[in-house]
This record gives sequence, structure tokens and C-alpha cells, in this order.
Amino acid sequence: MKYKLDFRTYSDALKKNQLLGLKCRSCGNITCPPTMVCRKCASFDQEVIQLSGTGKIKTFTTTYVAPMGREVEAPYTIVMVALDEGPWISGNLIDIDPARVDMNIIGCWVMLGNKVFPGDCYSSGEAARPLFSTVRNI
Amino acid sequence: MRRVSVIGGGHTRFMANSPNTGLELLAEASMDAIINSKISPQDIQAVYCGNVLGDFSEGQGMIQSYLANEIGCNYVPATKFEGACATGTIAVQNAAMWVASGTYDIVLVCGVEKATAMGTPLATRTFAMFSDSRFEYPAGFTFPAVFAMLAHLYASHYHIPLEKLKEQMAHVSVQSHHYGAKNPHAQFQKEITVEKVLGGPIVTTPLQLLDCCPFSDGAAAVILASEEVAKKLTDKPVYIAGSGQASSGHLASQYQYLPRIRAREIAVKQAYKMAGVGPEDIDVCELHDCFSIASIIAAESLGFAEFGTAGILWEKGETKIGGKTPINISGGLKAKGHPLGATGISQVYEITRQLRGELMDQGRQVEGAKVGLVDTLGGDGIIVNLVLKRD
Repeated sequence: MKYKLDFRTYSDALKKNQLLGLKCRSCGNITCPPTMVCRKCASFDQEVIQLSGTGKIKTFTTTYVAPMGREVEAPYTIVMVALDEGPWISGNLIDIDPARVDMNIIGCWVMLGNKVFPGDCYSSGEAARPLFSTVRNI
Repeated sequence: MRRVSVIGGGHTRFMANSPNTGLELLAEASMDAIINSKISPQDIQAVYCGNVLGDFSEGQGMIQSYLANEIGCNYVPATKFEGACATGTIAVQNAAMWVASGTYDIVLVCGVEKATAMGTPLATRTFAMFSDSRFEYPAGFTFPAVFAMLAHLYASHYHIPLEKLKEQMAHVSVQSHHYGAKNPHAQFQKEITVEKVLGGPIVTTPLQLLDCCPFSDGAAAVILASEEVAKKLTDKPVYIAGSGQASSGHLASQYQYLPRIRAREIAVKQAYKMAGVGPEDIDVCELHDCFSIASIIAAESLGFAEFGTAGILWEKGETKIGGKTPINISGGLKAKGHPLGATGISQVYEITRQLRGELMDQGRQVEGAKVGLVDTLGGDGIIVNLVLKRD
């Protein structure tokens, strides 16, 4: 069975700040990032949809010890965001000094951008990931 | 299905920068297990091995075959398992099935890692391979980062002030070092204090150095046998009475349950049901404390505390010998060390010795322990639980 939304398509769309996901035609559940079948009911009858790319920060960490090859990026902040449509996705938080991010960031509204991880010798090519920045006055 | 017994074990010291090769560590632990079980290498009918990163740390794949040859278990089937940090427990669980089914009477389960040979940057990179390479690693996920995010989520979800949670987490590490100091196999054999934990360098907020288990070198091994064989070889057989396993996807995909780990709740329920016990029956537990917060989350899933309250167990000493449920009396991954492929087998070795009453001399014996629980977590997705019992 072919993928409705494979990783390359998802990553290429993310590079244009478009967040793609899947809506299940059987149960209505939305899955993002994509999987082959609906995460809730395992149906493969899913359609590709574009998500808003906005949501709320649920948790975070500022990392000081980076893996090999990514030392120059540290410190950096990783967040998990609950999208307006329901699913949570992971990405980085920008436009705020990582050293100043604390529990008060939880619950803040964010919107999506992107940055491409070019890959390293253990990766199968590049991968775009969400970069979130906080939004005021929503 | 036949009852399966752990009849003996072997264990190297866990440490940084071991002068031995991984194969040597594995062979030493395996031969000790064979000798302690009063059998010879020729009695071993199959080898089940756990090793995760041998190809990165030593350029050595397929170590299980070389191990079998190294210790004179010639031409036996040798199979390796990989489930990140849960690797060793998966090996025990699967090996037990071959004995339970009647295919084999005596098998060796062994595991090893030489993680410190990689150095911290490559070790951090390779450990991060047990997060999702498409949706997590591009954002710079490391393994501490996964549990750091769970810690912040836990504080927010249960409305616990972060400072309070951090203090409870520090108590987890302090207790692990307390028992590690008494365990001759432990990587860290020294006491620490809450102040020292809270004064340590930050790895990834809110985790500080002493909230994290170390990279480790080491090996552990156990011999499994059918009940009939076990009763001939030992007067203290310990049985694998229950087992359970469950898997899940990357961390964000588990959003409907976090900070609870649904896979653990499913796995341990299977293990309790098979063994006919509940959390109140567990006399001693080795759980997967890769990070201090991981212990608190695990203890709740295993049924030792209400959700959002397990930090109190460590704060009040309920997890020590003499407490409600003694946990990680080995020093746990934190103080004993965490050589991935060996970790689960080391947990089984420890619980077996507790149930056999062999730790009096070390001052770590939970007196009268009859039922023990093993809990191992691999990456952000695999949980294995085993219930061990003596008659």
C-alpha cells in the first residue's frame, strides 16, 4: 500500500511553512505528523489536509548538551505543541533566549515556521522541522 | 507451557572506560553465570543476547555468535535482540518462551554495552537514535530532553511547583547512590546529597547532571532452565511468573496519555495478571530510572502510588528497605550504571538475588522478599515487565 502522505511530501510542505496532516474518513480523527493509518482507528481511508500551524505550548526543555555535530546549536529549546486541531507535534522555539525559557512558557500561543536539519552521516537526507514563535493578542 | 526458572547469574562491575572489550565483558559475565549455576558451557542449548550499540562503540556487530564461540557453546543458535534500553529484558522474555515451550531446557541470556568507548558526543548522538529520526531528532532531541519535557509536563499537569518536584527528583538520585554505595557492581559507589544534585550542571532543563544515569560499560548474564532441571541444580529456584510487553510511537504521538506512559500500564497489567499478583504483592522492584523523573512516572504506572504523587514515596523513604515498596535497592540505573544491552538482565539478576536472600552481606537485602518486579523502558516506546517469584 502506498502512503497517502509520506515523509518527503510532509517535509517539503513544511519547508513552505505548510503543515500537512491526515483526516480519517472513518472516525474523523486528525493525525499529525502523518502515519500510514489513522492513529485512532487504524483505518487507511484518510485524506491529506492542511493544518493551521498554530497551537499552545504543552512542555519544553532547553538543552545544553547537544549530540555530536550539533554542538554549535546549543543551547536550544525544544517544545511540544498542542495544535488547534488536537494533535501534538515537536519542534524548536525561537525568538526567545533559550536561557530565559521557564514554566511560564507553558500555555503560550505559538505559530509555525520551519528550519531544515541538513542531516548528518547517520541520516537519510534532510528533514524540515517546525520552528515555533510566540504569538501575542490572539 | 512449562514454568521457567532463573538458576544463576553473572555480573561484571559497571563502569566508565572499561579496559576490556565488549566480548570479554560478555564472556566473563556469561561464564560466571554458568559456573554459579553448576553447569558447563556444553549444557547451554541456545544463547539470547542483548547488545545495542556495539557497531558504533567497537565496530562489532553480531556479537552473540562470537560470544557463543568464545565460551565453548559451539554451534548453538545465538540470537540478538534490540529494543534500546529495554534490550536485555526483551532477551530474557523471549528466551523464557523457548524454555516454556519445551524446545530447550537450559539457555543463556547475556547482554553487554561499551557505551563510554564512544565518548559523550557520539554516545549522545547514538542514544538519540531511540527517538524518531523524522519527527524528533531534527529538533535536536536527546534522551535527557525527552524526560526533561516529561518533567515539565508532569509539574504542569499535576500542578506541582517545579521546585517541589525537583526536590523530590533529587531524593530519587540520593537514594540510588545510597544503595549504589553498597553494591560492589555499581559504577558509582558513593553517597550524594539533595544539595549536590540541585547544585549540579544543567544538562537540559530541568534535569541536572545527577538527575541522569551515566553512560556505562558492563555485562550481565543469567541462566534460564525448565522447572524440572532447576530443581536438580538449585534448592532456591526463582521463577519467571509473569511477563508483559507493549510498544508505542514517538513522544508527541502519545499526547492523549502523557505524562502517563500508556505502554507501561498495559505491559505491567499483563505481567501482574499472568503471575496472579498486584502491585500490593511486590516485595521488591527494579524499575527503569534512566532519569530521576522517570522513576516517579514509572512507580505510578506500576501501581505503587496514585498519579501525581509518587515523588512523596522517595521523599518519605517508602522506597527504601523497610518502606512500603523497596525500589532500586541495587542503586538503579542512576548509581549502578546503564550499559543498555546488559541493563534488563542486570535487573533480573538483582531481583533473583533478592528473592534468594543473597544480599545480606552487602546490607541490601529486603528480608523475606518472595515476589519481585522488573520494569524496563526502551526509547520512548517499549516497556517490558517481568514478575519473578520464589515458592
